[in-house]
Amino acid sequence: MTDYYKPEDLDRFGEVGKHNPALFKKFIDWYTSALEPGMLTKREKALIGVAVAHAVQCPYCIDAYTKSCLEEGMSLEHITEAVHVAAAIRGGASLVHAIQAHNAADKLSL
Amino acid sequence: MPRTAKDTRFSKKVLSVRPEPLKALEITTLQVNVGYQCNLACKHCHVASGPARTEIMDKDMVDAVLRALSGSPVNIVDITGGAPELNPSFRYLVKEARNLGRHVIVRTNLAIFYEKGMADLPEFYQDHDVELVASLPYYLEDNVDRVRGSGTFKKCIAALQKLNSLGYGNGTGGKNLSLVYNPQGAFLPPAQKTLEEEYKKELKSRFNIFFNHLYAFTNMPLGRFEDFLTRTGSLEKYMDKLTCAFNPQTLDSIMCRHLISVRWDGALFDCDFNQVLGLPLDAGAPAHIRDFDHDRLATRLIDVGDHCFGCTAGQGSS
Repeated sequence: MTDYYKPEDLDRFGEVGKHNPALFKKFIDWYTSALEPGMLTKREKALIGVAVAHAVQCPYCIDAYTKSCLEEGMSLEHITEAVHVAAAIRGGASLVHAIQAHNAADKLSL
Repeated sequence: MPRTAKDTRFSKKVLSVRPEPLKALEITTLQVNVGYQCNLACKHCHVASGPARTEIMDKDMVDAVLRALSGSPVNIVDITGGAPELNPSFRYLVKEARNLGRHVIVRTNLAIFYEKGMADLPEFYQDHDVELVASLPYYLEDNVDRVRGSGTFKKCIAALQKLNSLGYGNGTGGKNLSLVYNPQGAFLPPAQKTLEEEYKKELKSRFNIFFNHLYAFTNMPLGRFEDFLTRTGSLEKYMDKLTCAFNPQTLDSIMCRHLISVRWDGALFDCDFNQVLGLPLDAGAPAHIRDFDHDRLATRLIDVGDHCFGCTAGQGSS
């Protein structure tokens, strides 16, 4: 499985549109608009991108948004801090479900 | 071996956005490369400078540079290397150029201040009213030392603090101190203004360091950086990136249109990058500092190659 994700496959992303061009175009337009600077800067969006890329564990996104962060003048310190935010929220999201376990146990318990 | 500059992708790109090839607009600056020897061997260096390089401008050639200056209206002397301070005639060049009334800029790596016999360089610069453009590829130690060698960052920080104490970069002494950022890999630099703000904030809060301007340069696909791109299989992608980022608005401000570059042996080039590639001046233009002719050089055709995409990418880099 070491070559399951090939870096060059990212350049083939457009092929996804072959079987439903209209939907793919909507996605590309939306994606492009979402990444443009607005209330948030390009730099802030690059950091969000790298954090989300790690949360969803997408190798293509990790490569792409790491590069975006470097191109925005950020270092591995910035990137690692952002990944910690993503990882901490993921960890917290798991941990908070302990309450569900407690609730379930309470229901079943005498 | 010099690469041919004719019919390159870059020359075609230029002709797609303007009716004629690039010509010099003026010569405000004589950029003098006094030799390729350096105390450092930075991974991004397009000159591939280092301690083992032996090419160096001798005093006769320095005198030829001064003669060319004295007979021309060129007002700025931009001294570079290698580490220019390692040239034995470096201080002579600075002093005499100042005596001629020229504005002198030195591109320094800062760490040179801590080499033998160089400790008084900051005071020398102060005494001769030299403008400094100093390399500092980032404001964090790991990033700088990875590119420039272990221990370099701490020397640079100490050097900048010393320069601040002499009135450089902090508004107290009227001495101009600019820093240069280079990407630490195969990616483009960020917007210069945003990065300058961040450098100012971080260097002030971490080290109480001040400076005037930051230049965010694009790494040129030449020398040691080209070797890195080739070794990692990323040369083609990097060139594509530079090509895609072509910005026609940079064409009037790129350095080749405003300066002439002198190699250690007196040969003239359109810029430091053409110098490294050995791309000669356009036929008909004086090719050596001994034949310097301002008016002919100020209207010369510029010899371009695909590396020129490095100067026209994004906001421009010169």
